[in-house]
Amino acid sequence: MSNDQAGFSNELQLVSFILGQEEYALDILLVQEIIRMLRITRVPRAPHYIEGVVNLRGNVIPVIDLHRRFGLSERVNSERTRIIVVKVQDITAGLVVDGVSEVLRLPQAAVEPVSSLVTAIDTDYIQGIGKKDNRLLIMLNINRVLGIEGLD
Amino acid sequence: MDLSQYMDIFLIESKEHLLNLNQSLLELESNPHNKLILDEIFRAAHTLKGMASTMGFENVADLTHVMENVLTGLRNQEVTISNQLIDLLFQCLDSLQNMIESIEAGKSDNLPINQLIQLLQDAANGLNINEQPEIESSPIKLAAHELELNDYDVNMIVKAYQQGFKAYHIGIEVAPDSLMKSVRAFMVFKNLEEVGEIIKCNPPAQVLEEGNFENGFDLILITKEEAASITERVHTISEIKLAKCTLLELPPEEQGQENDDVKSDQARQTKDLTEDQPNSLRQPTKVRQTVRVDIERLDKLMNLVGELVINKPRLQQIGQANNLIELNETVEQFDRISTDLQNLVMKVRMVPVEQVFNRFPRMVRDLAKDLGKEIRFVIEGKETELDRTVIDEIGDPLVHLLRNSIDHGIESSEARRAAGKSSEGFVRLVARHEGNNVIIEVEDDGRGIDPERVRARAVALGLLNKDSDLADDNSILNFIFQPGFSTAEQITELSGRGVGLDVVRSKIEALSGTVTVESKLGAGTKFKVRLPLTLAIIQALLINVAQETYAIPLSAVDETVAITPENIKQVQNQEVVVLRGKVLPVIRLHNLLNIADRINGERVLYVVIVRKGDKQAGLIVDSLIGQQEIVIKSLGKLLTGIPGLAGATILGNGEVSLILDVGTLF
Repeated sequence: MSNDQAGFSNELQLVSFILGQEEYALDILLVQEIIRMLRITRVPRAPHYIEGVVNLRGNVIPVIDLHRRFGLSERVNSERTRIIVVKVQDITAGLVVDGVSEVLRLPQAAVEPVSSLVTAIDTDYIQGIGKKDNRLLIMLNINRVLGIEGLD
Repeated sequence: MDLSQYMDIFLIESKEHLLNLNQSLLELESNPHNKLILDEIFRAAHTLKGMASTMGFENVADLTHVMENVLTGLRNQEVTISNQLIDLLFQCLDSLQNMIESIEAGKSDNLPINQLIQLLQDAANGLNINEQPEIESSPIKLAAHELELNDYDVNMIVKAYQQGFKAYHIGIEVAPDSLMKSVRAFMVFKNLEEVGEIIKCNPPAQVLEEGNFENGFDLILITKEEAASITERVHTISEIKLAKCTLLELPPEEQGQENDDVKSDQARQTKDLTEDQPNSLRQPTKVRQTVRVDIERLDKLMNLVGELVINKPRLQQIGQANNLIELNETVEQFDRISTDLQNLVMKVRMVPVEQVFNRFPRMVRDLAKDLGKEIRFVIEGKETELDRTVIDEIGDPLVHLLRNSIDHGIESSEARRAAGKSSEGFVRLVARHEGNNVIIEVEDDGRGIDPERVRARAVALGLLNKDSDLADDNSILNFIFQPGFSTAEQITELSGRGVGLDVVRSKIEALSGTVTVESKLGAGTKFKVRLPLTLAIIQALLINVAQETYAIPLSAVDETVAITPENIKQVQNQEVVVLRGKVLPVIRLHNLLNIADRINGERVLYVVIVRKGDKQAGLIVDSLIGQQEIVIKSLGKLLTGIPGLAGATILGNGEVSLILDVGTLF
């Protein structure tokens, strides 16, 4: 492939994961680690999408339920449920997902802007749609998901 | 020589000297004929001058120098002390402070001081100093070479003589054809420093190091060696042509004067030894080895110790669950060590409140002067220690409280006399330990707060029902901490604009502290601030609500009681219980924390009585777990500002438990 000669600059490395019926992806540089489900302590009076806090090796980090964040049906925990720990600027948070599929590379050219497509979730949280073979990967805008950047 | 590495020390020490000067000058003001205080001031000014000129801050040096002239005049009783003079000296201190701050900010010390210098000189001359030659250094001019000695050097020499050393003036000439003059100079220095101390040289050491000098240089050496042996030492260095060596004699007048000084110094020291007074001013500075550490490192250390503390109960649980006797023994040992470690780290972070208190005497004096009031200000317990983080935050609220006392509390001298009090107002600032807290009180003997006016104002603001006489005078008084509350009729520059006390309270509550006020009309007011010793590790009461575990800081808990559902009564749509004749509102934590209420049908209800300011309330919980030491962890940026939550902690079983903030819970 021509991309190999061009180096990595126009290639994305992504972590893909399952949420409901769809496949999503995050830039791998944002992901600190992926852990199994932990016992979550509910935080009363917190925003609805923050499920609570967990003890990540002595640090208390908030955990976001992406089902609630995106208005999907109530999550059912299974063997495959995972917490993806992301770090953006100086904020560390966990995202609960229904399963992590793989780490993959995707040429930048294979990502399309979100405007023309229809997905199950609000387009505000989406950066673009990646196409890999026959699969569609919804690429998340992490700042919006964490609520760091307002939705105006 | 690179002086920048001494910059930090210079700044820190100059600030200490300035503080010392401020304090001593205050004492002198109330005690104008105390020669010891005058000496202290002189000494501090003198050291400051020496340090500043070493560092090349000429302006600081010049100003202190002129100050010294005036001080010498005072010492020799050629200048009489007056209020104007004290004010002038205070102005100088302010000016010096500004210069030091300017230097700290990386700028020069180049501030306008000519006027001050002129005033000082006038003060010195105008009051007939008898055309005394500038006392400055009573310079001992050395005829042959230009080596001028200032007071500092003279002092050193005098001290040296007293301790059996001798001072020599040594003239060195380096061979004119020498290619390495700086090296030769260095060798001379090195050689001589083996037998004594070089206190002065001309040209300065820096110039010598660069080799930028003609053929010779002069220096003053303090040593026990004889002149001959020194000459010999110098001659062993090649390319050094001539070494002349003369013993320095001091003018007898100088000797006498300085001797007096030293004698009183010694007298003082012996006195200190025998009496061990807490009065710090006269104590000889103790020399201790210290290390300055970035506070961030201490925070990290504290975090790590926190982790240890968290893991301790976990180990205990494992040991108990598996009945491992050996592990239990080790854990006990571990427990002791970690407790010691924790105490030590806490202690390292502790700073005496002195750091904050020290700037108050001056502030009080200036305020009193501005307001034309006479005030006697007393500080007690300034050695009381508080956590560094608390110290940093407590200054502003205390300034507020002090200003309040001086401006509103203390009456004018006439009013005081009319009320049959001494014309001098009395303000007291006290710090002391009380259990796991530090109490700071600001007390005055002024006019006090009129509870009726506060009551009227509270009713006007709609904070209090007009007809309810529920609140007693003391709880009425605490309305003054409400935002926008001021009973002062006229607004002064200082206070009375209704901002202040509520800010004080929110600031102190942010530190997990409380502030209350007591007052007796006509007799005075007392503000009492209660602060936790530290903010990182606290004692907490763990409770269960449904399946969830919460921690309540023990500092906010008054007691726990068990009641039956029948004890709860309804008053104006509010559930209350009567506890020992006192009516307390009760709050079901289930409702506050959005947990489905499962209490119906329970036979016994547990109530945690908590205190919020001077109000009490009962929190209904499902069960009490017990008291435990917890490490406070932040909830992070995504969860800041949730009312009722102060943070989180990790329990022995590894689960996260939330810490309730009683101040904002209801």
